[in-house]
Amino acid sequence: MELLESFWATYSTLVLSVGTNVLLALSIYLTLACGLLTVGNAAFMGIGAYTAALFTLKTSTPFVFALLLGALLPALVALAIGRPTLRLSGVYLAMATLAFGEIVRILILNAENLTGGALGLNAIPQLTDAFEVALAIAITLYILLRLAASRIGLIMAAICQDETATDLMGLNVPAYKLFVFVLGAAIAGLAGGLNAHFTFFISPNEYGFERGVEILAMGVLGGAGSPWGAVIGAVLITLLPEILRGLGHYRPLINGVILIVIIIYSPRGIWDLLRSLRWSARARAAN
Amino acid sequence: MLAQQIVNAISLGGVYALFALGFTLVFGVLNVVNLAHGAIFMLGAYAALQTVLQLRLPLLASVFVAMLITGAAGWLVDYLIFAPLRARKAPHLAPLIATIGLAIVLTSLVEGYFGPANLRFPLEVLPVETLSIGAARITWLEVRIIFLAFLLMGVLLWGLKKTRVGCALRALAESPKAAALLGVDVEGLFRVTSMIAAVLGGVAGVLIALYTNAVFPHMGQSMLHKGIAVVILGGMGDIRGALLGGFFLGFAEVFSVAYIGSTMRDAVAFGLLFAILLLRPQGLFGKAAQRRA
Repeated sequence: MELLESFWATYSTLVLSVGTNVLLALSIYLTLACGLLTVGNAAFMGIGAYTAALFTLKTSTPFVFALLLGALLPALVALAIGRPTLRLSGVYLAMATLAFGEIVRILILNAENLTGGALGLNAIPQLTDAFEVALAIAITLYILLRLAASRIGLIMAAICQDETATDLMGLNVPAYKLFVFVLGAAIAGLAGGLNAHFTFFISPNEYGFERGVEILAMGVLGGAGSPWGAVIGAVLITLLPEILRGLGHYRPLINGVILIVIIIYSPRGIWDLLRSLRWSARARAAN
Repeated sequence: MLAQQIVNAISLGGVYALFALGFTLVFGVLNVVNLAHGAIFMLGAYAALQTVLQLRLPLLASVFVAMLITGAAGWLVDYLIFAPLRARKAPHLAPLIATIGLAIVLTSLVEGYFGPANLRFPLEVLPVETLSIGAARITWLEVRIIFLAFLLMGVLLWGLKKTRVGCALRALAESPKAAALLGVDVEGLFRVTSMIAAVLGGVAGVLIALYTNAVFPHMGQSMLHKGIAVVILGGMGDIRGALLGGFFLGFAEVFSVAYIGSTMRDAVAFGLLFAILLLRPQGLFGKAAQRRA
């Protein structure tokens, strides 16, 4: 028990970071599974973080409601920008979401009265504990796994394979795309709210381009074939720098090299690699 | 005042265009969104700076050294990363993630070796004499920056239009399969493209380093954002679009700082970008759904 406590004292932030990163990776899994390349999830995370933090700081909203509001507002923003934005595809969608992310970051930066500008928000009460993060992940994962196994999951895969063909089958492709975009934004906002309540301090630059790219890397590295892929990617990308801590100065260097090597040897993500390994093992067992 | 702003906008826009050309070339030919282009840009600046500081060579020589080093880097990037990914028929997101890793590697290498501090060119190597044209005063340094930027752009445009390699490159951008059937050495050209693009990025790095006299490991980051903005303005993979987009951004930045103020400048730029994407996804100057180089 004592061991557990000292472990928790040292690593609680890391464990909570892994947890929120898993949520972020799940948020981008949704759009990636439809073949949509977006990097706006960092901005949705930021909107969620600021919303939740402002509600706990300035009003006496209970934590759970602050979190829910932090998930709701990004979802509404996604609903508003979704329809025009999702008409774009491929890199253009990525660029539009990137531009959107920059706009959000700059707006937060300039709305000094509300958000504290570049100085950020300070002294956010540390309300997040492992139980809430675990619960959020469990609920999200359950919903996404059910979704993946449902008719909607099939339609998502169909859109990813061939959007035109799916459209020709009479399915409302824009509506499904909007649905995953909005759901992804809500999950990213939830992750932002949880994250803000254990880091004590948030500033606009945490939700910029680099964060967006990091989230994308988690999703792609893990693989968009299953929500479990996103979980693997998030855990790996969060823990890798910690495992390499002994290397000191050149830690990011090795981190980058590992990222490149994994993507070269498993370009469809780790989940895909694991699945094909399992298949070949099964095939050998059958012979 | 106005003439002065125009001169500033041309020199800044020229460098933006140079940087964006490399970015758009890799996208048009290799079909890769190269997020390491900013790191290559930074590498060029460091190569030139160290040539001046340690080898005590003149500025022009340092530009050549920077071209050599970034060119070698571009060659290596294709050999070590893009080529294996092509061989494995990786989905189009894979190279993008690999370039994120590459940007981390290059930045941390430089940061580990030269430190995170902001380095400068010694003032005595920078030409300070000025030239007056009407009301505008240009330093010789700016004249050289503009000249070099335009020279490189001219050579690239001429090369793409008139030489056999350029012709093959355009064919490759149109369709790699058809180009291969016509006897084009596709793999070799991919490597050459990566090299040329890196050289363009590296020279842009040297020029910005001279222009602002600031060299630091993360200098490529904001440039990458601007490069992406330029390339969207001009249409992804569109060479002439990247040129015009570069100057457009240069003018927009200089004039908004001069006449609007700098706080909301980036929001205006990116807001414009967002609007353009929604209204004209093919870019301001592009035709719909065509890839060109």
